[in-house]
Amino acid sequence: MNDVDVRRIVASHPDPEGRLLSVLEAIQQRWRYLPEEVLRDVAQELQIPLSRVYGVATFYAAFSLEPRGKHLISVCHGTACHVKGAGQFTERLEKALGIREGETTEDGLFTLEAVRCLGCCSLSPVIRIDGTTYGRVRPEQIPEIVAQWRGGKGDD
Amino acid sequence: MGFVTINGRSVPIKGAKTVLEIARREGIWIPTLCNHPGLPPYGACRLCLVEVKAGAKPGLAASCTLPATDGLVVETDTPRVQRTRKILIKLLLERAPEAEVVKDLAKKLGVVPPAEQVAAPETTRCILCGLCVRACESIGSSAIGFAFRGSRRKVMPPFGKPALECLGCQACVQVCPTGEVVFTISGNRLQGEPWRSEVELKECASCGRLFAPRPLVEHLKERFGFDFAGEELCPECRRQAMAAKLAETILPGAQG
Ligand code: SF4
Ligand code: FES
Ligand code: FES
Repeated sequence: MNDVDVRRIVASHPDPEGRLLSVLEAIQQRWRYLPEEVLRDVAQELQIPLSRVYGVATFYAAFSLEPRGKHLISVCHGTACHVKGAGQFTERLEKALGIREGETTEDGLFTLEAVRCLGCCSLSPVIRIDGTTYGRVRPEQIPEIVAQWRGGKGDD
Repeated sequence: MGFVTINGRSVPIKGAKTVLEIARREGIWIPTLCNHPGLPPYGACRLCLVEVKAGAKPGLAASCTLPATDGLVVETDTPRVQRTRKILIKLLLERAPEAEVVKDLAKKLGVVPPAEQVAAPETTRCILCGLCVRACESIGSSAIGFAFRGSRRKVMPPFGKPALECLGCQACVQVCPTGEVVFTISGNRLQGEPWRSEVELKECASCGRLFAPRPLVEHLKERFGFDFAGEELCPECRRQAMAAKLAETILPGAQG
């Protein structure tokens, strides 16, 4: 089943230019991380060395080689957000979720990560959960936001 | 035909591709750690830097990747070059305090290693020159590669698991300037570290001596059609077999 999906993904990226990167992006989207067996299939399908696939997969912070939760919570630690107390948000989220930064909750629902500038500094401090961006967020809002997503937000 | 001016002397390019090649040919010393004449240049160590005065973007440039073009003017030993090289070698000393090449080069460049090294959490001899990666790639196995980036950058087999594609050719050992790569024989197995690779050694059908890594023999046959162990014989026994055959051909009846 894995290799059928990989083949489909590879087939839909026929352009040799930047092919590996777009294939890895599609895989990350499909599995939410880059599983080892899938990367092995990718190397085979693209007929390139596995060491190259691994090199690219580990080079970009956007890729994860560990399973990720259903929802990805990204706390911006870019300069503007840092100044507005990004550390506090990570701390609050760690407490609310019972995990450390970079980890995934046991129920597989959330992964917490720190990212550099999300590109909307005027809204700082910024948190993003999947595709939803929370700007000018206040620490007291954290429990409520987490509760919304636990309650099925973004499930459709 | 073009000319390049190095240290005030005009020299013909004559087929050289890079400034480093010309300097080598002209006997001008430029320190290098990531260059090997048999492998594509990579520009990793930056020690080969020279100062471009004219003919290209002025400033410091790595000579191993600086194309030799007509009218180029470079200096290989200006105060700025010396200063920058010292910084670079100091950084390498910090990273790989036990690597002899680094220590030697530091001495040559007038840098004294600090008496007390701040012990790095994970000491290594590897200076990330990438020579092993390029050697492995050009042999056609690419069993190892660069992974991660920044301070975590590392040369390793995929997923840090035993390098399955390793042929046992040991080209990496040949080119590694620091002695970080080591292969050892244990029984009929050849083991390579830090790649965690293990390959079987082929036994000579005649004398029983272990003479070549099996995957390498197969790889050469498959990729280049070069069957150097066709008769399953070690070089010694093959020579003897050949000599016997030859004797039989040109001196019929001489045997026995
Ligand atoms: S292992 Fe040796 S050849 Fe490979 S990158 Fe490190 S120092 Fe260079
Ligand atoms: S610093 Fe957070 S969005 Fe730019
Ligand atoms: S020899 Fe040129 S950068 Fe290393």
